[in-house]
Amino acid sequence: MRVVMPIIILVIWLLMAVLGPWLPLHPEHIALEHILAGPSVHQWLGYDDLGRSICSRLVIGASTSFQVALWVVLVSASFGSFIGAISGFVGGIVDLVVVRIIDIFLAFPGILLAIALSGIMGPGIGNVVVALSIVGWVGYARLARAQVLSLKHREHVVAAVSLGTRPITIVWRHLLPLIAAPLIVEASFGIAGVVIAEASLSFLGLGVQPPAASWGNMIRDGARYMLVAPHLVLAPGLALMLVVLSVNLLGDRLRDRLDVRARLHD
Amino acid sequence: MLRYILSRLASALIVIFGVICLVFLLIHLVPGNPVDMMLGESARPADRAALTAALGLDKPILVQLGHYLVGLTHLDLGTSLYTRRPVIDVLLERIPASAELALAGMLVALLIAVPLGVIAAVRKDSAWDQGAMTFSLLGVSIPNFWMGPVLILVFSLWLGWFPVSGRDGFGSLVLPAITLGTALAAVLSRMIRSTLLEVLGEDYIRTARAKGLHERTVILKHGLRNALLPTITLLGLQLGTLLGGAVITETVFSWPGVGKLTIDAILRRDYPVVQACMLLISLSYVGVNIITDLVYAWVDPRVRVGRGR
Repeated sequence: MRVVMPIIILVIWLLMAVLGPWLPLHPEHIALEHILAGPSVHQWLGYDDLGRSICSRLVIGASTSFQVALWVVLVSASFGSFIGAISGFVGGIVDLVVVRIIDIFLAFPGILLAIALSGIMGPGIGNVVVALSIVGWVGYARLARAQVLSLKHREHVVAAVSLGTRPITIVWRHLLPLIAAPLIVEASFGIAGVVIAEASLSFLGLGVQPPAASWGNMIRDGARYMLVAPHLVLAPGLALMLVVLSVNLLGDRLRDRLDVRARLHD
Repeated sequence: MLRYILSRLASALIVIFGVICLVFLLIHLVPGNPVDMMLGESARPADRAALTAALGLDKPILVQLGHYLVGLTHLDLGTSLYTRRPVIDVLLERIPASAELALAGMLVALLIAVPLGVIAAVRKDSAWDQGAMTFSLLGVSIPNFWMGPVLILVFSLWLGWFPVSGRDGFGSLVLPAITLGTALAAVLSRMIRSTLLEVLGEDYIRTARAKGLHERTVILKHGLRNALLPTITLLGLQLGTLLGGAVITETVFSWPGVGKLTIDAILRRDYPVVQACMLLISLSYVGVNIITDLVYAWVDPRVRVGRGR
């Protein structure tokens, strides 16, 4: 159960995200006669304050959060791991500078920096991806660096160095495969973080802009009508919680399976 | 010890300087100009130029940074573009509310996390443990901006126990503090569980048991006390989550703190205020981390000798 349920939920999320744009949905169609109507047989999740179908908006919101999560984790994990691994391997002044930069970024609560960045760059899904990637790479860089530091004196690495292999090749071919497991675990928790962060930004009005749908701005708009129509807030909130919970549960399993903690303590 | 303190402070100063520069550059290099904001797009070029000069925005960016740094040394953070008041005054008004909420949130987190973590560790693999860890997973998976409205719905609108928003006496603090504290409680209870489990495997615990001490004394006095030490460090590190979460929680509950001010200032493009809020929040984060590090080094001599970064 602890593995099957999360997988089912995430598959639904994925299907909603991938198929959503092709389904005959009308997330922006306004039906004035249905304003704030509760769940019914015809419309399972009811209608919002403008008479738009919540079910349709939920599906489009899934697609928003999935796209953002995918891009942010891809960009920040690959950039961060690369920088961290190179920095740890090359050492010296490069490492010193990278560590300082990491320290400075870590001095901000992550979400605060993302809020400020998207506030300054202006709203929009692209800017959300940029803002969250700028904040996100640091964690991967720190992890990759620490891992490389613990591995760089292994014999196969020393052998490669003495053969005159270029540092980038060593990092790519001899180090990255060894440090991939903890980075993958970090990335899987990263997905949960990004999904919440995107929704937070949209909730604050700094992310995805209306009329486009995001779970975050659905909660924001719905909060005003909570007493008369709680389903406006409950539906997107539950969707968000289920996805994040599933990602976290699977991340836990993945960490145990890949035995990352044991390796980190080597 | 003195050497450790000095090296720690030196690296903190570099980070603080970096933070100031980063915030400054962030706000000045990105498009979106305060002059357009203040005058509107239909302003005459001459007025525009005059205001740009008056704000010092026509000078090279490094000169502006220099001015800003000099201003900072005597707490001159500029003037709010929106209220036209000194930023430092606006900020000082908001600090008590934020501090109150942060402390209350932390208190809620500890009140939930310590009993939960201890029960989970002592009754490892039992239903209690499962329940506590499920709570912890739920706690990190429920975002503040959803939990807040749901709490308002149940406890303010349906039951009428607490006010919906604002800051007016103890009652108004309860829901924001629970919202803010739950996520932290979730993380903390996991940490307490795992460190306590580690500690309970130590030899001195076996000795304490062999002496015939009551199990409660063994766990609370010998176990928990030692497990709390690493937890305090982690609490310091988690303060970032708390401060970041406060921005959202304060917005949900219209709590008049620094977090709400940050969001309002961003939405109004009031850059001097945004800059000051970011600085204040990140500096308090850095400050708390230094204090935790130093306290930890003071309590545990191994840190001073071994971990000098």
